[in-house]
Amino acid sequence: MYPIVRREKLADKIYLMDVKAPRVAQYCEPGQFVIVKIDEEGERIPLTICDYDREEGTITIVFQTVGASTERMVSLQEGDAFEDFVGPLGCPSDLIHEDIEELKKKKILFVAGGVGTAPVYPQVKWLHEHGVDCDVIMGSRNKDLLILEDEMKKVATNLYVTTDDGSYGFKGTGTAQLQELWDNGNRYDHCVAIGPMIMMKFVCKLTKELGIPTVVSMNPIMVDGTGMCGACRLVVGDEVKFACVDGPEFDGHLVDFDQAMRRQAQYKTEEGRAMLKLQEGATHHGGCGNCNS
Amino acid sequence: MDVLTRVPVREQEPAVRAANFEEVCLGYNEEEAMAEAARCLNCKNAQCMKGCPVSINIPGFIAEVKEGNFEAAYHVISESSALPAVCGRVCPQETQCEGKCIRGIKGEPVAIGKLERFVADWAREHGIKPKKAEKLNGHKVAVIGSGPAGLTCAGDLAKLGYDVTIFEALHQAGGVLVYGIPEFRLPKQKVVAAEVENVKALGVKIETNVVIGKSVTIDELMDNEGFEAVFIGSGAGLPRFMGIPGEQAMGVFSANEFLTRNNLMKAFLDNYDTPIKAGKKVIVVGGGNVAMDAARTARRLGAEVHIVYRRGEEELPARKEEVHHAKEEGIIFDLLQNPTELLVDENGCVKGAKVIKMELGEPDASGRRSPVEIPGSEYEIEADTVIMSLGTSPNPLISSTTKGLDINRRKCIIAEEETGATSKEGVYAGGDAVTGAATVILAMGAGKAAAKGIHEYLSNK
Repeated sequence: MYPIVRREKLADKIYLMDVKAPRVAQYCEPGQFVIVKIDEEGERIPLTICDYDREEGTITIVFQTVGASTERMVSLQEGDAFEDFVGPLGCPSDLIHEDIEELKKKKILFVAGGVGTAPVYPQVKWLHEHGVDCDVIMGSRNKDLLILEDEMKKVATNLYVTTDDGSYGFKGTGTAQLQELWDNGNRYDHCVAIGPMIMMKFVCKLTKELGIPTVVSMNPIMVDGTGMCGACRLVVGDEVKFACVDGPEFDGHLVDFDQAMRRQAQYKTEEGRAMLKLQEGATHHGGCGNCNS
Repeated sequence: MDVLTRVPVREQEPAVRAANFEEVCLGYNEEEAMAEAARCLNCKNAQCMKGCPVSINIPGFIAEVKEGNFEAAYHVISESSALPAVCGRVCPQETQCEGKCIRGIKGEPVAIGKLERFVADWAREHGIKPKKAEKLNGHKVAVIGSGPAGLTCAGDLAKLGYDVTIFEALHQAGGVLVYGIPEFRLPKQKVVAAEVENVKALGVKIETNVVIGKSVTIDELMDNEGFEAVFIGSGAGLPRFMGIPGEQAMGVFSANEFLTRNNLMKAFLDNYDTPIKAGKKVIVVGGGNVAMDAARTARRLGAEVHIVYRRGEEELPARKEEVHHAKEEGIIFDLLQNPTELLVDENGCVKGAKVIKMELGEPDASGRRSPVEIPGSEYEIEADTVIMSLGTSPNPLISSTTKGLDINRRKCIIAEEETGATSKEGVYAGGDAVTGAATVILAMGAGKAAAKGIHEYLSNK
């Protein structure tokens, strides 16, 4: 069992948890992910590592409720435990393998969207700890959904906050903010974009035009997370890649986002049904007249 | 009773079982087992044993069954096999022990597999456990993977007094026995979990959720955690795809994904969160045991299922019994055909396949006649789900993170057949990680050989 030692609600439907998992905390690096499973009946849910403490043996995860299993995760409190917690999976971020002096010469930009701010944070923190400057654009739909702003402020050189509805910071998307920075003469050599696929797609479209190499972190549907099931396959350039072992980070200018988005929606109806069953119980199942169960 | 014919084994009716996940074969009862055991000629030079990759004393255990000494029969089997309830169900007996049975020359071979299953089930129902080592020898061995190779190797080493820890990447022990082979062929709780418990009863520790090569490497296990030898039984996990257009469409799955969702994640049960899609009309591409498992699973989830296989009936690599059961359950075999393209609708969902007819040409390197396309014979078939069951290749997670571990062209770990020894001192390997996708019993045979190899290595160190 993997006990939860800290639990915080960061925003509507977004939660943070520190989980005791010494084996994972021992060797994990920024960019990698874990798979969690609440109990026997739960799904295996991949989540990017948001932070780690090797001495305490803890991993920080941030998740948004999107289906039946994540909805059930919310009910877990400090002192409760996950039945399963495996990792670190996937490859560490390429940035951490680069020469620090080379990195210091680069102008690096992170674009984080929504809950994607969580996996951006450990990378920015890592760079900050190694004396590398980087700018961060973090956006969300509105002010209430912003997460980790204070933490990010401490580690980012310049932080630009955006909201789609203008309730806080720059009004518009992260892509629009990037465009504005560029128009004002800011130049970047490297971009890392993590967030909803649609956001990464548009950031990549712009950075391609602007000629900024861009890395994205893909979080497609997965089952085992070790390369066995092939559910997470996506087309990168002309090749089929498995996000769990070849990724999760890829060259954003080569990813076929449209196909990846379609594949991500593959189980939407089933997940929705499981969620409704959880929320409405018997009132839906057997109530609508269309369901068999 | 006619000694040339087998005592028939009771099975669920095809029409009934095609709609449930209960075990197909119901097995022998005591009377039936004793009657079948009486057919054994108890050959002095037992050919059946030569056909068994783990050399079970087959005439020995059958002689005990014949007399009604089921517990004694269990201990005879346990000397050689850690997983008799599994092997009795999934071994390809027709090409192994039963294939060599002298009784089979004139009549039907003795139903060795069904008798093994009976003995193992009887022992479980009567709480008989394998015998534990009397004392530990103080040597620590790590086993990677809790599938048939790993469980066998761990069990054998534990019996010799080693302190064995199995590291399993998934959340449940059993490997392919849990994620791959379906419930209706190998009940998970009743059989697999019980066999795993038997291995634990020998003193073996199992640590789940540890991905060797990611959570920790082999070098770290040996340098930092005090393991003196390591056995790699990590299996052949990577699914193959055909590389044809349309394969990334929605509704196209690897057999691994489809079966893992259903078997390990229990998607077929309502109270589990993991979803599965079987659709109304399913094409399964491939003709091995895994293809049969995927097809019969989709059938139970309510679909019309076609197996599309590029060779003919004779060449189907699956066990005869599985093909027979699949047919009984209404699986349609489209043989000597091969998909050349998957057809995709405007929403990105698969809607069918373009298939070309094949004929058999000259035998290839494997001795099987190779299929050749018949020009101009292409046609389209409808399907809302396509399951690719084309075999697997070993996962590079371990070979790529272990210094000095040699692999071959096919990414399989190179290991000596007799001892399981690899190019790295103290590291042994066996099962699908070495051979590529094969059978449960061959993996067990390799696990057994490696246990012996490790024992010799550590005894002489």
